[in-house]
Amino acid sequence: MSKKFDPVEVRKDFPIFSKVMRGNSGLVYLDSGATSQKPREVLDAEREFYEKNNAAVHRGSHLLAEEASAAYEGARQKVASFIGANVDDVIFTKSATESLNAIAYSLGNSKSGSRYEIKSGDRIVLSEMEHHANLIPWQQLAKRTGAELAWFDVDSNGRLDLSNASELINSRTKIVALTHQSNVLGTINPVSEIAAIAHKVGALFVLDGCQSVPHFPVNVQSLGIDFLAFSGHKAVGPTGVGVLWAKAEHLAGMEPFLFGGSMIESVTMTNATWAPAPRKFEAGVPNMAQAVGLGAAVDYLQKLGMANVAAHDEELTGYALEKFSALSGVRIIGPKDLKDRGAVISFVVDGIHPHDVGQVLDQYGVAVRTGHHCAWPLMKKFGITGTTRASFYLYNDFQDIDILIDSIDRAQKYFKV
Amino acid sequence: MELDSLYQQVILDHYKNPKHKNLNESYTAQVHHVNPSCGDEITLNIQVQAGKVAGISWDGVGCSISQASTSIMTELVLGKDIDSAFEILGEFTDLMQSKGTKSGDEEVLEDAVALAGVSKFPARIKCALLGWMAFKDAVLQSKDKLGE
Ligand SMILES: Cc1ncc(COP(=O)(O)O)c(C=O)c1O
Repeated sequence: MSKKFDPVEVRKDFPIFSKVMRGNSGLVYLDSGATSQKPREVLDAEREFYEKNNAAVHRGSHLLAEEASAAYEGARQKVASFIGANVDDVIFTKSATESLNAIAYSLGNSKSGSRYEIKSGDRIVLSEMEHHANLIPWQQLAKRTGAELAWFDVDSNGRLDLSNASELINSRTKIVALTHQSNVLGTINPVSEIAAIAHKVGALFVLDGCQSVPHFPVNVQSLGIDFLAFSGHKAVGPTGVGVLWAKAEHLAGMEPFLFGGSMIESVTMTNATWAPAPRKFEAGVPNMAQAVGLGAAVDYLQKLGMANVAAHDEELTGYALEKFSALSGVRIIGPKDLKDRGAVISFVVDGIHPHDVGQVLDQYGVAVRTGHHCAWPLMKKFGITGTTRASFYLYNDFQDIDILIDSIDRAQKYFKV
Repeated sequence: MELDSLYQQVILDHYKNPKHKNLNESYTAQVHHVNPSCGDEITLNIQVQAGKVAGISWDGVGCSISQASTSIMTELVLGKDIDSAFEILGEFTDLMQSKGTKSGDEEVLEDAVALAGVSKFPARIKCALLGWMAFKDAVLQSKDKLGE
């Protein structure tokens, strides 16, 4: 394992940190949970693709088409080894949202009698802490097929209530879809344990890895899952590229969801057959430069070492939790201890609406997210309309957290609470 | 500090002591509006009589800007005939879209000119407009019901 990195050195790789923010402050970026910033390597990889290799992949007989295809497939190889997958089981999408919709639509397209068919009376199990992206596609699939939704409750500490897991995941359950780490609470869920329960009843396990893959080592084999979705843009990669990973047998057995060029084996005026995965699930000219950028992002993360990234996250979170516990009138929504907890801290400040907290923080260059974080049902569960959320990543340091804490204090003084 | 241009004292006062924030049971229309980007919600009851805003009351949760703006709006439109209330609404919407180039006509907008600074913060314009849009909707629904 490489030696732990220095976040101040890391920051030099990210051009955006030279930005001057409101109130003439430097940028204290605590919104990586929404999207991460991008290092120069990633920006260069995208630009270089356009400047030197740009052509439609998998078509054309010229040098550029060869180079573009090699760059695109090279990126797929990098992503595959990053998550411990076989290269043909990695599909590029535009985002995690598209990946999750692709699974739901593909299952919905299953032929009658197929093991992937979702029927009336089948059950889809989720949790109360899901991002809308891992809730609404399943809601809609349930509406289309007559399947029922069931979900794990979240307790007051922000952990899943697993006490009824084996009743919840019953013999009618076809899908269990769960987030690896909550984008609101920071809670890391016991994925392997729940996936094993799902497999006992023959259900498929879908993991939303948006908040985990960028932050700690994720290996699809050792987790024992069936599907994984994540977005490039939260993992120092570009926007416009996401990943869908699935076990080879599922990719072979499932119907595609988008139809068009590149995904076919042969076509007549009345019929078509599909190319094998991954192309079966990549209709049309893909987001090539973005995929290449994601390849560079994965290289960047691996150069730092994912175990180091995770250790750094944990150090920052531990420091922040301690600082927060000393604040009065501030309540953390989510686990207050470091166990199975990622680098996301949601909080409410008594007497100040999150939007107003965020506005004062902005005056000191502190970028946080405010609102319901695309997890409206979770907000309702906690009886709040929203939170302020600080999320940490590899370019943050203790000083950023000190500035955050100071700025919360200033907000309290400003609003006289 | 830039913040002070956003959070004028008048706004903080209305936020702490909002006007007409107590739903009145009699109304010609009740509307419920949400700001989907932040989850803020407002319920607004309106009583339209003889072309006038005879009663207005509301309840809801939201940030200082949305709460103060709604409070100020209720003070402005109560007792006015619908046409002049809509003129004020038009004036206020213009002010919000002015990107900081207008300070607002105090004759028409009274306390609402304190919200001029909001127009420099694009993310907050929706907050300032939440109550006003609910008011507009409620008036139109009342008109439909009263067959005007
Ligand atoms: C847990 C989780 N799931 C899904 C998503 C959706 O990701 P995207 O908007 O990149 O598709 C996000 C991003 O906010 C997330 O945090």
